[in-house]
Order: sequence, then C-alpha cells, then structure tokens
Amino acid sequence: MSESSNKTSPSRRQFLTGAAAAGVGAVAAGAAQANGDPLITQVQEWASATGEGVDATPYGLPIEFEQDVVRRNVEWLTADTISSINFTPIHALDGTITPQGCAFERHHSGAIELRKEDYRLMINGLVDTPLVFSYEDLERFPRENRVYFCECAANTGMEWAGAQLNGAQFTHGMIHNMEYSGISLRTLLEEAGLDAAGDLADKWVYVEGADASSNGRSIPMAKALDDVLVAFKANGEALRKEHGYPVRLVVPGWEGNMWIKWLRRIEVTDQAVESREETSKYTDNLANGIARKWTWEMDAKSVVTAPSPQAPIKHGKGPLVITGLAWSGRGAISGVDVSIDGGKTWKEARLAAPGQDKALTRFYLDHVWDGSEMLLQSRARDTTGYVQPTKDQLREVRGLNSIYHNNCIQTWWVKATGEAENVEVS
Amino acid sequence: MSKYRKLIVSTALAATLALPAYAEKLGLGRTATPDEIAAWDKDVSPDGTGLPEGSGDVFTGEEVFAEQCAICHGDFAEGVDNWPKLAGGMDTLDHEDPLKTVGSYWPYLSTTWDYVNRSMPFGNAQTLTPDEVYAIVAYILYSNDLVDDEFVLSKDNFLEVEMPNKDGFILDDRLTSEAHFVGEPCMENCKETVEITKRALVLDVTPDEGTSAEAAPVAQEAKAEPVEEAPVEEPAVQEAALDPELVKKGEKTFKKCKACHQVGDKAKNKTGPILNGIVGAAAAKADGFKYSKVMKAAAEGGLVWTDEELGAFLTKPKKYMKGTKMSFAGLKKDKDIAAVIAYLKSFPQ
Repeated sequence: MSESSNKTSPSRRQFLTGAAAAGVGAVAAGAAQANGDPLITQVQEWASATGEGVDATPYGLPIEFEQDVVRRNVEWLTADTISSINFTPIHALDGTITPQGCAFERHHSGAIELRKEDYRLMINGLVDTPLVFSYEDLERFPRENRVYFCECAANTGMEWAGAQLNGAQFTHGMIHNMEYSGISLRTLLEEAGLDAAGDLADKWVYVEGADASSNGRSIPMAKALDDVLVAFKANGEALRKEHGYPVRLVVPGWEGNMWIKWLRRIEVTDQAVESREETSKYTDNLANGIARKWTWEMDAKSVVTAPSPQAPIKHGKGPLVITGLAWSGRGAISGVDVSIDGGKTWKEARLAAPGQDKALTRFYLDHVWDGSEMLLQSRARDTTGYVQPTKDQLREVRGLNSIYHNNCIQTWWVKATGEAENVEVS
Repeated sequence: MSKYRKLIVSTALAATLALPAYAEKLGLGRTATPDEIAAWDKDVSPDGTGLPEGSGDVFTGEEVFAEQCAICHGDFAEGVDNWPKLAGGMDTLDHEDPLKTVGSYWPYLSTTWDYVNRSMPFGNAQTLTPDEVYAIVAYILYSNDLVDDEFVLSKDNFLEVEMPNKDGFILDDRLTSEAHFVGEPCMENCKETVEITKRALVLDVTPDEGTSAEAAPVAQEAKAEPVEEAPVEEPAVQEAALDPELVKKGEKTFKKCKACHQVGDKAKNKTGPILNGIVGAAAAKADGFKYSKVMKAAAEGGLVWTDEELGAFLTKPKKYMKGTKMSFAGLKKDKDIAAVIAYLKSFPQ
C-alpha cells in the first residue's frame, strides 16, 4: 500500500510498541524522559494526590485561575464608588446567562443590607385598597420565571465622541442577563384593585426603592400591566444585595435605572412624578439643546466579545471563533451580521439559540483567520425590522451630547499580532 | 414601516390595559395605615402634588446649604471635584459638553424639592425638615440667579417660579426620527473605503486591570500558571485588646461615615480624609487632604485623636469643633462611638 495509508493506520506492531512506551512513562514518572507533553507523559500531582473534600467551600466561588473575570470600575467616571457603576466582564463570559457575582452594579447611595424580615412593600395611590406586603406574602402569589437583559441607559455612553475605553467590558459591560423568578406586577396591582384609578390609559405607576437614594421612576400603566415583574430570585437563587436583595423590579427591555432595587413602594398616580432620574438624568440631549425624555426602550444592539481588546487572539492564524452578544428592548433578535473589513461586507452569524424576547442572544461566526488585520464589527437586527446603526448614523440624528442610549456598531481593530483595539472607522 | 410598528405597539398596549373583570384576589397583604402611607408617600409632582406646608428664605438656605451640602456641591453650588454642579451652565445645552444644572436644565422645580427632601444630604438622607428643604431650594434658585436674595419659597408661591428650561424637552420620538434604521441591511459593497479615524489607545483612559487579563502578545503561550494572588486584607491581629465583636459592630456603624471616608489598603482621601491609623494620631495628618482652618489650628495646638477626643468629636462634630468641614450630625449612642473607634483601630496604618 502507499505511504499515506501507513501513516494513517499504524500497524498493530507499531501500536503495541507505542502503547508500551507510554505505559513505562506513566509508571516511572520523571525517571525517563518520554517523548511528548509532560502534562500527559508524567503523572501530575492532581492525578495522584486527592483534592478538596465536599463542604470545603459551602458556597462555591470561581476557581482561583479565573480571578481576573471580575467586575471592574472606571474610577474617573464618578465622584465616589457609593454612587457609581461597574462593568460586567462580558469579554470573558460565554452563553447568555450572567452569573450574579460578576453582573454589573449601579448604586446611587450604595448597596444596602435589608433583611427579608424587615422588608415591606406598599401599594398606594389610586387603588381600591392600599396594601402592605411582607416578603412571605409575596412568596404566596403565583410565580413566573423569565429571562431578561438589564442594560444601563449609559452603556457605551463614553463612546459618543470617539473610541475611548479599550475593552468590551468597559464599552458594553453595563449589561447583565438573568433568569428571574417573581410575580407579575399586574397580579399585585389587581390585588390592590384598580377600579379607583378609572381609565387606565393615562395612569402611571411610580416605583421607589428603600435605600437612601430613594430612587424612583414613573412607568406608564400599560407597561406596568404588560410584562413587569416583582422579582426575588435571579438565576435560581436569592438576588445579591448589589442587585436589590430581597426584591427588585424587572422592567423588560427598558433602561436599567427603572429596575428599582430594594423595591418598597408602588404608587398608582395620574401623572408622571418627573423625579430627578427622569428629568435631570436619563434624558437625552440633542444637538440643538432640546432633550428627549421618556426614552425608556433600549434599542437593538450587539458587540463582539471575543476577540476584543481584553480577549486577544493568542493562537495565531487558522480556525477562530468570533463571538458576541446581541439584544433588543423592542423584541427578539432576528439575526446578527459580522464584518471583518469595517463594514464593507457582512456575513450572517450563527445564533446559538433562536432570539428570545428582550433577552441576550449569543452569536458565533466560525471563521478561518488568515492572520491579517481585521476591523471587526457586529450588527444586530430585531423582530421589528430595526438594524443596528453606525455611530455616524446615530450622531446625525442625536449629535454628541446624548450620553444615554448609544447603540452604535462597535469596531475592534484586530492586528496581525492578535491584539485588538477599540477604534472608530469611517 | 414605522407606522406599522406603531400600530403593533399601540394594539399591544390596548390589550394589556383591559383588565379581566373577574381578576380574582388572593386576600394577601394587609391594609396600609394612613400614617404608614404618609411616612413613605413623599414624592412631589410638577403640579405641586405632595408638597407639605412650609417655607424657607435664601439667607437661611445659604446657612443650611453651607452646613449640609457645600462639602460636595461647593459653597456656591458650583460643585467640588466630580460632584454635581447645581448652578450655572445657562445657554450651554447646544454646546459641546453642555453643563446641565438645576438652573440650566431641570424643567420642574418640584424635582429639586423632591430630590433634596428624599435623597439628600448624601449619607444622611431623609433628615431635613420641610422648611430646611424650602430654604435649600430657595438658595439653589438664588445661586442660579433665578430669584433675588429677599426671596422666600413656600408651598403657596411654589408654582410661580419659572424654570428656564421648562420647554426644553420632547417626548421620545425615535420611532419616527429614527425610522430609517428599519429596513434591509446592506450585505456587500456597503462602502468603498474604510479608514480608522479614532483610537482608544491614543486616549489611554482605560483602567489598568492589574491582572492577567491585560492584552498578551500573540506568541505568549497561555500556560496554566496561577495568577498572582491579589493582596488579601490581613485581619488586624496586632491589637490583642480589640474585641472582634465590637469591631464587627463598628464596621456596620462606619457605613454612616463611608459616604465621605475610606479605610483599608486601597483607601484614599475622598470628601473626607483617609482614616487609617487615625486613633492615637495627631489631628489633620492625612497627606494631601485640605482640612478646615479650625482643624489645622487644632492640630497646631497639639490635638491628638485619643479615644476620648475622637469620641467627643463624633458625638457632635459641629459643636466640638465649630467650623469643621465634616457635615455629619453625630452618633447618638455611646456604644456606636465605641464600636466605630474599635473598627478604626483595626486599621492601624
């Protein structure tokens, strides 16, 4: 037979000799230098000695080798960490569910510690009977499980004027995606009774937190009765204190500031309260000095999480997994396109699972990298037909001073070395 | 296309607004008492709904502001460091980097009243009386040249104040003004050339991650070497006399101080000075912190923060040292003071 068949199917004799050699290496570890990866040819410590017993860590944390996968803060953004934000390490995660421990935090007066026993939720205003619920009361209402993304309206807000922060974590990390267990807000409002509110079309729900910032937002009744949740579990376990333990509001598809943490009060009103967070903040200045308000929905958006500045290509050319996240506050992701030439040509990426309403979608492009520079971009499309715009397209309408709701296409300049940089392209 | 989308949205809303008449109640929860509602329902709306009786003048407001707010917002509401500026910025909204203050941007006066009343002062929220809030709001208006120094703000004249930017807002119009983002995406020959126009590395404002997450050159193999351990805060063992229970309590009490002060390895001067090693140290010794004149004078006079002196200061800071920048009402309970001092001792340097 030919040479090649010899290579692909070693004779029985060759096979036996090889096996014997490997066997010797395994037994006499370290004695003779076997030919091959010592991680394979030598008995490793973990293959010989025992590991930790159960209960070594009653509540497990990521292994120490993953300790760089953490939330990070950009110090110069705010005056003090107590009223500040940090960023989810999206460059190092995969799938769609964000572990609570590394999901971004945003506090206005710090993360408080509120015991379930001390928790009270009040419903008042234009309701038939103003009510107070304990945490245990809430647990007795019919429950729902839903996965939603929560994105701060300021996500990518530092990038309006140019490419500024060098990493997907910093440009797009004010987002997380969790499975919430809780009660529909509609159920609680019906329990208090809405006959007193009369025509619901022009009514509002004002929701407020128990912390010192007393953060409160006005939500139109139609949204309140649609898909808003009063949640007490995320990803199967209690909310973390930084995400509003024991109870937070989930306002699917709408800006994160409305997802009131440590929720303590729900008031049915006949007007928007126009609180600080819905007038002086979370309003979007246009070029002419006029500002948009009540810009609640998060537009369709996506980002390549790897390769990216914090996740460079280390393996050289050849097979490369390009991956990222896409989401829309107006529906589900219908598709994601990826460009490696800065937007000249696009290729449809593979969605890991069909897009889910107002939840993160993971996309992959299985690429063979030729080792040359790439200007890597992703572009989300949602079920309303919306196509994620470029930064220039957004600036044409909104100018440079909007701060919030920057859902532009992001560009990573991947160099021949595999390193990547946040850039803007023409 | 955009009309079609709107139709979908409004139909969906109409459907959700229709409550089933038979919505069954579970009889959970209990009726809220009027006092409970009064205690929590404090929001104030643009038409004045929610405003309590009361009044305050500019002059009083200046005093309260100096005592309660100036440490972050500056004596003239001009803002200290990164803290919000409350005054100025008129006619900057259509400029590059507009200055958005109460005077230049906020459309409703009710928002200022409501926010000061419920969310301020930072670290000591929900402690002001209605009259103090009226006075502070009057002073903020004065700082913005919107009223004269004789002005008295009250529930009665509240709606008469004209906010300069009251007409500066439009409702979200993305569905129409950005309707052109809906359509067929371009897949090929979408542009002729592509140039890099801006680079983040040139700006260099990204925080240093300090760990292996830093971009590694391609040739470097990712060996499974353990990442260098982050320095772990060592428990204070040097002071054998420190009661761990008390230190733990003190850590909780210290939350009241955290809005302005930091302790520990990474502590820095913030609104207040770093407090590592404060107990037993000479006053005004934190490097780079701008102490008040009286604090510097006391330090020159030989003030040392013994347990007793620190305890007296923390009981009523403004009474102990008239003119101190520390705008903190004080700790009422002796055991809280003892706990917080024990906690501070656990950071000897």
